[in-house]
Amino acid sequence: MRLEYPPNIKIIRIPCTGKVDVVHLLRAIQKGADGVYVVGCLEGTCHYNEGNFRARERVDHVRMLLEEIGIENDRVRMYNLSSGEGPTFAAYAREMTEHIIKLGPNPLNRVGKE
Amino acid sequence: MISPKLVEVGRHVNIDLITNSEVQTVEGEPGSFTVTLANYPRYIDLDVCTGCGDCARHCPAFAIDDINKGLNDRRATYIEYAQAVPLAFAIDAESCIGCGLCENVCLAKAIRYDDTKQESQINVGSLILSPGTKGFDPSGLDYLGFGKYPNVITSEAFERILSAGGPYFGHVMRPLDREEPKSIAWLQCIGSRDTNRCGNGYCSSVCCMYAVKEAMIAKEHIHGDLDCVIFNMDMRTFGKDYEKYFLRARDKEGVRFEKARVHTINEISETGDLRLKYADESGKMNEAIFSMVVLSVGLTIPDSAVELAKRLDINLNNYNFADTDTFAPVETSRKGIYTCGVFQGPKDIPGSVIEASAAACLAGGDLSAARGTDITEVIIPDQVDISDQEPRIGVFVCNCGINIGGIVDVPDVQKYAGTLPDVVFTDSNLFTCSQDTQEKIKEKIKEHKLNRVVVASCTPKTHEEMFMETLEACGLNRYLFEMANIRNQDSWIHSKSPELATQKAKDLVRMAVARAATLYPLEEKIISVNKRALVIGGGIAGMNAALNLARQGFEVVLVEKKTRLGGMARRLHNTIDGSDIQVYTKKLIDQVNSAKKIEVLTESRVTGFGGYKGNFTTWFEVGSSLKKRKIDHGVIIVATGAVEYQPTEYLYGEDERVVTQVELSDQLVKKAGVDHDSIIMIQCVGSRNEKMQECSRICCQAAVKNALHIKKLNSDTQVYILYRDIRTYGLMEDYYTEARRQGVIFIRFEDDAEPQVTATDDGILVKVKDHILQQEVEIRADLLALSAGMRPENTDELSGIMKLNRNLEGYFIEAHVKLRPVDMPGEGIFLCGTAHGPKLISETISQAQAAASRATTFLANSEIKLSAITAKVDTEYCVKCLTCVRSCPFEVPVFNTHTRVIEIDEAMCHGCGICAGICPREAIQLSFYENDQIISKIDALFAGGM
Repeated sequence: MRLEYPPNIKIIRIPCTGKVDVVHLLRAIQKGADGVYVVGCLEGTCHYNEGNFRARERVDHVRMLLEEIGIENDRVRMYNLSSGEGPTFAAYAREMTEHIIKLGPNPLNRVGKE
Repeated sequence: MISPKLVEVGRHVNIDLITNSEVQTVEGEPGSFTVTLANYPRYIDLDVCTGCGDCARHCPAFAIDDINKGLNDRRATYIEYAQAVPLAFAIDAESCIGCGLCENVCLAKAIRYDDTKQESQINVGSLILSPGTKGFDPSGLDYLGFGKYPNVITSEAFERILSAGGPYFGHVMRPLDREEPKSIAWLQCIGSRDTNRCGNGYCSSVCCMYAVKEAMIAKEHIHGDLDCVIFNMDMRTFGKDYEKYFLRARDKEGVRFEKARVHTINEISETGDLRLKYADESGKMNEAIFSMVVLSVGLTIPDSAVELAKRLDINLNNYNFADTDTFAPVETSRKGIYTCGVFQGPKDIPGSVIEASAAACLAGGDLSAARGTDITEVIIPDQVDISDQEPRIGVFVCNCGINIGGIVDVPDVQKYAGTLPDVVFTDSNLFTCSQDTQEKIKEKIKEHKLNRVVVASCTPKTHEEMFMETLEACGLNRYLFEMANIRNQDSWIHSKSPELATQKAKDLVRMAVARAATLYPLEEKIISVNKRALVIGGGIAGMNAALNLARQGFEVVLVEKKTRLGGMARRLHNTIDGSDIQVYTKKLIDQVNSAKKIEVLTESRVTGFGGYKGNFTTWFEVGSSLKKRKIDHGVIIVATGAVEYQPTEYLYGEDERVVTQVELSDQLVKKAGVDHDSIIMIQCVGSRNEKMQECSRICCQAAVKNALHIKKLNSDTQVYILYRDIRTYGLMEDYYTEARRQGVIFIRFEDDAEPQVTATDDGILVKVKDHILQQEVEIRADLLALSAGMRPENTDELSGIMKLNRNLEGYFIEAHVKLRPVDMPGEGIFLCGTAHGPKLISETISQAQAAASRATTFLANSEIKLSAITAKVDTEYCVKCLTCVRSCPFEVPVFNTHTRVIEIDEAMCHGCGICAGICPREAIQLSFYENDQIISKIDALFAGGM
C-alpha cells in the first residue's frame, strides 16, 4: 500500500510476538533505543492462540522494570492490529514516533553523552 | 510481481518451456493428443546463449519496441524485457540488415543465421489454451486523435511509462516533449461498451481499476501537483477490496471522476496540450485542457488466437472469447481442451490466476491415473560442510527497477555493505529476483566461497523461498540466508526523504549482515501426508471442490452445518444467461451423494482442530444427536459461503411490498405480480456505504436479470433501476444494453443523496434526484426490490477454532490477493466461493476447481518437508520446571517420564516461539530465531549510532 510512516521505525521480524523476550526489549533500551514497541495480532486472533497475550504480559513486565530504574515506562508499548490493516500500522508508527518525540531522548543516551 | 513466477516456471523441472512456437494441429482424444507445433526461427541458439546482451549492444539496426508500445526503439538483435524467461536473445529477421556483427561479438557462438522454421510434435493428455489478450487498437476511432497527437496514448503505453523497465525508466513524461505532465485525463471504455463505433458491446472488467491505479501511481511518481481526471460512464471497481482503493483515490488522493464521454479531442499546437470536449450528465457542453490523454483501452482477443481456435475446432462467441458454459467455466467446446484467462472472458489478474488453477485441475483430473509417471525428479546437490568455516557473507542489493534505486542510493548502500564485518562480496542488481541474477548469485557463491547470503530487496513473504532455493542449488543450506527489506519497509514508504531512506537501508543491511553471521545450517524433517481432504461447506463451492478432489483420486469428507447440501444455491433460480440453477444444484448433490470417495456429514459443526499441513485432525459434532466425530486429513478447503443481506433500510420488513432481489426472483418464477404497473429497484442496499464499504459485485446483474424477467412476463410493466454505478462487467454488459433497449429506466443517484421511500395505500413512493433532468422526481411503484448485497456466513466460531483470518467485512483472507487467491496463509488450507468474497456462480465454480487443484499439489505427494523453524530444548541445561509444558498453546512440549527430559516433537511444533520466550533458563531456542540471532540485530541497529 506504500503508506508513509516515519523512517526512524526499524522492524525486527519474529515469527509471533510470543517469541518476544523481556531481554530483547530491555536490550534495545539499554543500547539506546528511544522507544520500542511490539506489534501483534488483534487479541483473540493470534495464529498461535495466545502469543500476543504472552507478549503483552512481557511488555507490561518490562514497563514495570523500567519504572523501577527510573526510565519512562511508556517508551515500551504494545500495539495490536490485523494483517489486513496497513493504514493502522502506519498510524501506530506515527503515533509512537510523536509520543517518543514528546518524551525526548532515552535517558541512558543522555548519560552516555554527558 | 510476475518475475518470481517467471523464474519458477523457468526453473521447474517438470515444465518444458517451448517458446517462439505456435500450435498447428491437435489430433486425438482426451488422454492422448498429438500436437503439431511450428517452431519459428530465433537465429540464436537457446541452449548456448548466456543472455549477456553483447549482440544487442553491438547491433546497428533498429526496430520499434513492441513491449514498450512503440515509445522507444530496440535493436534488431534483442530480448523482449530484462526478466524474460528463457533469458536468451533473438534476431528479428524483418529489421536485421545482415551485417554479421552479432556473430562476430558473440563469445558463446550462439548466432545461427541459417536457422529455419521447424515442425515438431509432442504427445500430451490434456491441453489448456491461454493465448491471452491484446489491448484494443484505437487507431480507427478518429475523434480521439490517437496516432495523430503524440500526447494521446493508450493505457498500455502509459503502463510502460510508469514502469522502471519502460521507455522513460519510470519517469512520468509525455511523449511529445518529454515534459512532466501537469494534468492527465483517462478516457474509459475505449473499445469496450461501445456497439456503435467498434462493435465491442462487452465491458472489459479491468479498465476502471487499472485507470485508478495508474492515476495513483502517476501522482506518486510526480513529486508535485498532478491533476488526474477519469472520464467514465460507471466506475466498475467491483473486485475484493477494490472499492476501498477507489474511495482512497477519490477522497484522499484527489483523483477526480467525471461522468461523461468525451466526444472530441484537439491538440493545441503551441503547447501540445489537448482540448477535450464533452457533455456532462445534464447535457451541458464542457471543455477542459490536459497535458496528456490516456485511452483506457479494452481487452480484445488477438487474431492469432481466433485462428488458433479455428485450427483446433474450438467454438468462440460473438466477441471471439472461448464459448464456455456457466456451470463449466473453463471447459472449451472440445473435450479435453480447457481454457483460462481473458481468452475465456474479460477478467483481472486474480480471476485469471483462479481460472488457471481451475484449468489445471480439470486437465490434471483427466490424467490422474498416470500421475507421477513421465516426470523428472529434482536432485539437490549435497550440502557443503561449512561447520569449520568463518562467516563469508555476500550482500546483493536490489534496485527493483527504480522501486528501490529511484529513492535509495543503491551504490552507496552496496559500498557501505562492503565495510561490514564478515562481508567478502557485494553486488547490486536491477532485479535481484530475475532468473539471470539467480545464476549470477550462484556463480558468486562459488567464486567467492560465500557461506552466508544477504539479499537487500523486498519482502521475505514473497521472495525468501526463491532465494533459499538458489542457495540450495549450489550446496548451501537454505537457512544461511537473510533478507533486508529495503523496499516495502523503506523506499516505498520514505519516497519523500531519499537521504533518510538511504540511511535506513544501511541500517537494515547492517542488521541483516549481523544476523547472517549468526546463522548455521538447519535440517528439515520429512513427514508423511494424509491423503484425505476436508471440505467445509456444502454449497456449490464445497461440492465442486469435493467432486474434483474425488476425481483426482482422493478421499474427501464434506461437512455442512445445515441438514441438506446446496447452500445459497437452494434459494436461486436462474443465472443471467438463463441457466437453471436448481437443475444444476440437484445434479451436483446427486453426484456428491453417489461419489464413492466422498463422505458427507450434514448438520455438523467443527468443535476442535489441531495438527499441521498434511496431518490435520478436526473434531465435529454430527447430527441432531451431537455425535462426536474425529477426522484426520491432510488438507482443508474452506467454502463456508455467503448469504443475502437482510436490509434494515427502505421499509424492508415493515411493508410487504418491499422485497429483496432474491425474493423478487421467487415471485417471478411463480409468475406473481405480472399485472404490476411499475416496479422500482434500488441498488447498493447494504453495500458501498459506511457499514459495508465493499461492492457486492453481483447485485447489478441480479437487478438486470430480474428486470428482463419482468419485461418477459409483461412488457407493459415499467421497471426503474436506481443505481450508483451499473457494474454489469464482462459479457453481462449485453444484458444491461438489452434491458435499456426493452425500456427499463436507469436513474443514477449519488452516495450522499439516497432515494427517499414512503409507503402509501396507492403504492410505494420513491423520491430521487435525477441527474439528467437535474431535478427531484417522484415515482410510484407497486413493488420495491432492494438489491441487498452479500454478507459472509457467520464464521466467528469456525475462524476462532481453526485460526483463520478474516477481513473487516468477515470474508476470509487469501495468502496473496493476486498471486495466491485460493491459498490461505496457513499451509495446506485453501479457500473458494463466496467465503472469499462476493462472486457469481461461474466464478465460484472455477475457484472451487482451483482450490481442488491447489489441494492436489499437496495430496499428490506422499511426504512433505517440514520447516526447520522449530523449538529445541537443551536438555542438559533444562531444570524441568515445566513452564514450557504449561505455556505451549498446542501442548507440544511433554515431559518424558522414562528419559526424564522435556521433549518437543518438531513435526508438531508450530514454530511460534512462545516456549522459547517464556523459558526462565533460556534453555529453549527457536531455530532461525535464536536469542543471539535476534539480539545481533538489536545490537547492530544501535551500533550505527542512531
